[in-house]
Amino acid sequence: MTHNDEMIPERPAPRLTVGPLAWLRANLFSGPVNSLFTLLGLYLLYVLLTPAIQWALIDADWIGTSRDDCSREGACWVFVNARLGQFIYGLYPGDEIWRINVMFATFAALLAWLAIPRLPFKRWVAQVTLLVFPVFAYVLLYGGHFGLPVVETHRWGGLSLTLILATVGMVAALPIGIVLALGRRSQMPIVRSVCVVFIEFWRGVPLITILFMASVMLPLFLPTGMSIDRLVRALIGITLFQSAYMAEVVRGGLQAIPRGQEEAAAALGMGYWHRMGLIVLPQALKMMIPGIVNTFISLFKDTTLVMIIGLFDLLGIVQAALSDSRWLGFAVEGYVFAALMFWIFCFSMSRYSQYLERKLHTGHKR
Amino acid sequence: MRYNNNKLVLLTSAAALTLGATGLVSAATLEDTRENGAVQCGVSDGLPGFSAPDDEGNWQGIDVDVCRAVAAAVLGDADAVRYVSLNAVERFTALQSGEVDMLSRNTTWTTTRDTTLGLNFTGTNFYDGQGFLVSRDLGISNASELDGAAVCVQSGTTTELNLADYFRANDMEFQPIVFDTSEQTVGGFEAGRCDVLTSDTSQLAALRIQLSDPEGAVILPEVISKEPLGPVVRQGDDQWFNIVKWSLFAMLNAEEMGISSDNVDDMLDSENPNVARLLGQDGNYGESMGLEADWAYDIISQVGNYGEIYDRNVGMDSPLQIERGVNRLWTEGGLQYAPPVR
Repeated sequence: MTHNDEMIPERPAPRLTVGPLAWLRANLFSGPVNSLFTLLGLYLLYVLLTPAIQWALIDADWIGTSRDDCSREGACWVFVNARLGQFIYGLYPGDEIWRINVMFATFAALLAWLAIPRLPFKRWVAQVTLLVFPVFAYVLLYGGHFGLPVVETHRWGGLSLTLILATVGMVAALPIGIVLALGRRSQMPIVRSVCVVFIEFWRGVPLITILFMASVMLPLFLPTGMSIDRLVRALIGITLFQSAYMAEVVRGGLQAIPRGQEEAAAALGMGYWHRMGLIVLPQALKMMIPGIVNTFISLFKDTTLVMIIGLFDLLGIVQAALSDSRWLGFAVEGYVFAALMFWIFCFSMSRYSQYLERKLHTGHKR
Repeated sequence: MRYNNNKLVLLTSAAALTLGATGLVSAATLEDTRENGAVQCGVSDGLPGFSAPDDEGNWQGIDVDVCRAVAAAVLGDADAVRYVSLNAVERFTALQSGEVDMLSRNTTWTTTRDTTLGLNFTGTNFYDGQGFLVSRDLGISNASELDGAAVCVQSGTTTELNLADYFRANDMEFQPIVFDTSEQTVGGFEAGRCDVLTSDTSQLAALRIQLSDPEGAVILPEVISKEPLGPVVRQGDDQWFNIVKWSLFAMLNAEEMGISSDNVDDMLDSENPNVARLLGQDGNYGESMGLEADWAYDIISQVGNYGEIYDRNVGMDSPLQIERGVNRLWTEGGLQYAPPVR
């Protein structure tokens, strides 16, 4: 009987069980059916993507100033290029665009401060963001004070208007929604019925109807000489509409919290606001994140409806640009650009919400 | 669709009249305009050649130039316009409620609109009408040869009705191919799903540019409907009505007299009494409208005469290349005619 005193040297795992080849085999070619589907999928990708890439990148025209610089084969990004400023800032006067930039830079800085966990004074920054910043933004964008010339809201537009509408809608709808949700679960009959009626009314009509009423009917009912700015009308409409949706999302989250939590808090002698603010809502809001972000994303996309009341949001300004007789016929390029911008913002929101969920994850995830 | 007599418009307008909102709007539009320092003008939210923002974000178009002319006459500055983009449904409400002082938004002058909405049409800055676009290969030169044709048309518009009326009246057969949007209509035409595309001629020109081979399609000479497009003001302010009406007339008269933005300064010394009266060198015809004597000079020098605004926005100097056709001056066999200044 012989035995080997030497250790068998370590050998690398068989080539077909690690590395890219193994991954391919395990995930794409694990059987005849899967292999067939993989090949079919690759073929479809090839068939669909090749012309798209050919059109959007290879045959595309990038440099120039007018439609004559575009050949008819590929995409004419010259159009988007020439109009980029307008797509972002709308019809805001060229000399005043710095005001939009400063506003958004400030907003981004404040948000970044709130989003990065290490930075101190969160409470103060949050209060500044919610209370001081809107006034600052309004004064900066509209002007009329501190020597800034007035830029009326009908000149606002493009991506910046979309962001303004969406941000105001989100920031205002969440607290109103929470209050409405708490109200709907309240034991007090009047508060409860007011909240139920409000939610059911605003949730029961399409946003387009609300905007339409605000723009077409409302002016007829106002006294002479009094007119509410269309942007304000749109903002109020969007906020009321979204807060009703938000209220139902929040209520869903509240119902997921076991009754024992609230009872335990009550047993400790906490009042209603303490029970809600310290025990129920922090747990509920964390669970609601996917629902809330879902509502935000749909709100972001719904802002395009303001087009019907003559406000040029991103999509509206793209369409207006398409009707410039010097740029007729570049609809696809314009819409691709708008779609890309919307996708970038919605995708970012989605990623941030996933990050928040992971960060706040304390074992409730199922 | 643009020209549809939308029931909702009538409904809202009826509501406005019932409430008396129209009567309550201040009658002194001229004073309000001077106070604001700008004419509030309702324009389309984007229609090629009529109103659309250019690369720099300035509004351009033949409708826009009417707003500019009024601003030049009233305030002496053609740029003193506050543009409000309006869609087809809200345009009349915006005017009735005083959100805009005038509407210059490719609006067809019809009996219903003129008599039931509390509004007044001040003239016609573009005589439009429904026409046909055919592929050059078909070799058709006349709409009477269209018997049995497949026709691409946008759904839910008066265009569709006019089309059926025209073919029935001429005892011809046709097969409608209906699309929802103008882009789809062009796509259908380009893909060969129909022989003919029908829409208003101003639209046909814009649609034709979007074809991959614009030269391969021609617009037939026949026009099968009347679509006079013009500026609109509120009833109850005759002074303002006169100002808008005569701002357009001034541009027409200027073209007729051969005054353009290039030669208007030389024309100030003209011996021609008509020219002298129009430019305020002989008598003061602005005064009775509450304007300065040089109101027409301001229009012509800053905006131009009618021929200039036509060519620049929709005519041969523009990408749309729409023939003057019925929009020629009456002296050249067209319909554009302005009363004399005296």
